Amino acid sequence: METKVHGSNSFINEICSIPGGEKIRLCIQCGTCSASCPNVNKMEYSPRQIIAMARAGMKDEVLSSNSMWCCTSCYLCTVRCPRDIKPTELMHALECVAVSQPSKKAKTKTPAMYKSFSDFAYSLGSVPEVGFMTWYYFRTNPLRAMKMAPMALSLLRHGRMNIKARRLKPEAEKQLKAILNKAEELGGMK
Amino acid sequence: MKRYYTYFPGCSSSDGGAKAYGMSTEAIAKALDMELIELEDWNCCGSTPYSGVDELASLCNSARNLALAEKKGFDIVTPCSSCYVILKRTNQYLKEYPRLKAKVDEALAAGGLEYHGTVKPRHLLDVLVNEIGYDEIKSKVKANLGELKVASYYGCQVVRPAPSFDHPEYPQSLDKLVESLGAKATPFPLKARCCGGSLIISEEDLALQSVNKLLENATSNGAELIVTVCPLCQTNLDVYQGKVNKKFKTKFKIPILFFTQLIGVAFGIDNKTLGIEKSIVPAEKVLAKSTKGEKGG
Repeated sequence: METKVHGSNSFINEICSIPGGEKIRLCIQCGTCSASCPNVNKMEYSPRQIIAMARAGMKDEVLSSNSMWCCTSCYLCTVRCPRDIKPTELMHALECVAVSQPSKKAKTKTPAMYKSFSDFAYSLGSVPEVGFMTWYYFRTNPLRAMKMAPMALSLLRHGRMNIKARRLKPEAEKQLKAILNKAEELGGMK
Repeated sequence: MKRYYTYFPGCSSSDGGAKAYGMSTEAIAKALDMELIELEDWNCCGSTPYSGVDELASLCNSARNLALAEKKGFDIVTPCSSCYVILKRTNQYLKEYPRLKAKVDEALAAGGLEYHGTVKPRHLLDVLVNEIGYDEIKSKVKANLGELKVASYYGCQVVRPAPSFDHPEYPQSLDKLVESLGAKATPFPLKARCCGGSLIISEEDLALQSVNKLLENATSNGAELIVTVCPLCQTNLDVYQGKVNKKFKTKFKIPILFFTQLIGVAFGIDNKTLGIEKSIVPAEKVLAKSTKGEKGG
């Protein structure tokens, strides 16, 4: 793997300043995380490689990779890491950095799926699964939405599809928005 | 003795794809003299997706629920593994990162709330086995499940990250609970492995591989039924079982129930109240075969 030499590695500082990212310096490259990960085969770079690349200052390669977006938060790496690095949280930290720099596009639809989910959580305070999935498919691949129709029908038949979203009381919805808007104003985790 | 809890059903179990989880939870709580007081106007926990988009907002989103629960003074109990891990993680982050806590406090204040970190989030499985207890549960069993071979599927977030109430890789609590209901817990080496989570939506092929492995592992060890403690695990294993069969040319037809539904069946509660008919892979036949006789029969 090609590595670049940087006098001052600002990328690693950026990661370290995010809660959950600060332990990246402790990694001994043992590869336990990669060996534990259920989705490593789909990742462009394994968790161990991502850590090595981040420490080598390969910001663009890390942020445009699909690796962190393959993390399902199963926490197997986290309970096994001999250095207590919490790679799961590190992956979330990298996701947030990638989202804040949209020029770094990974070849995966997971960020769009996550965004569709959080759009609902923000605007309604609840996430009706079918509504959110339809919203996601229409944003990314309308044809896929059609293909999902038989499954949706089956869920509907089994009384598992909520057509109407659960709504909070208006004053509670207002309270949630006030909190989330303030969070956005406070700008990130640093 | 009646026990009181603040109840956090989560989106899926309240009125979503896992409605049967909420229904069966409420039914068995009643039988066990547990008062589940639903947190008024709770909001979505944010799950994994929100923390991958905007970490600060996701923590504030989750802290609102904790702040509301703190006013009530009881432990917050949820049947959802994702809600559980998110609430727990929020507590931990607020404790570990004072600068972050200051920001969350400021955001909560914008909504007229404050949070002092005193709420203990608990998964329903933890409460049932460690507070109600196996003996109490066993004493309510009316049906004979003796023939039923059950794989206990924990998934990830109910036992990880540590510390949790059970072993992070080889948990036992659900197996013991299944046995205390009178059923037979089958070996299930992959019982705490990932189901693919929400990637079933954006990376379906990847998640189907995980589901296939789990179904294969459970059935090859003799299970006739899998019980889960998580809405998403149930959805992936049940709703997508047909897709697995198509993709891998397999013939799985194993029902996936919530553990609360199996408890309800053992307690003699009727299928409709427990939402048994909501499973895509029907469970009625397997259950009927095993619950013919009364207890001790």
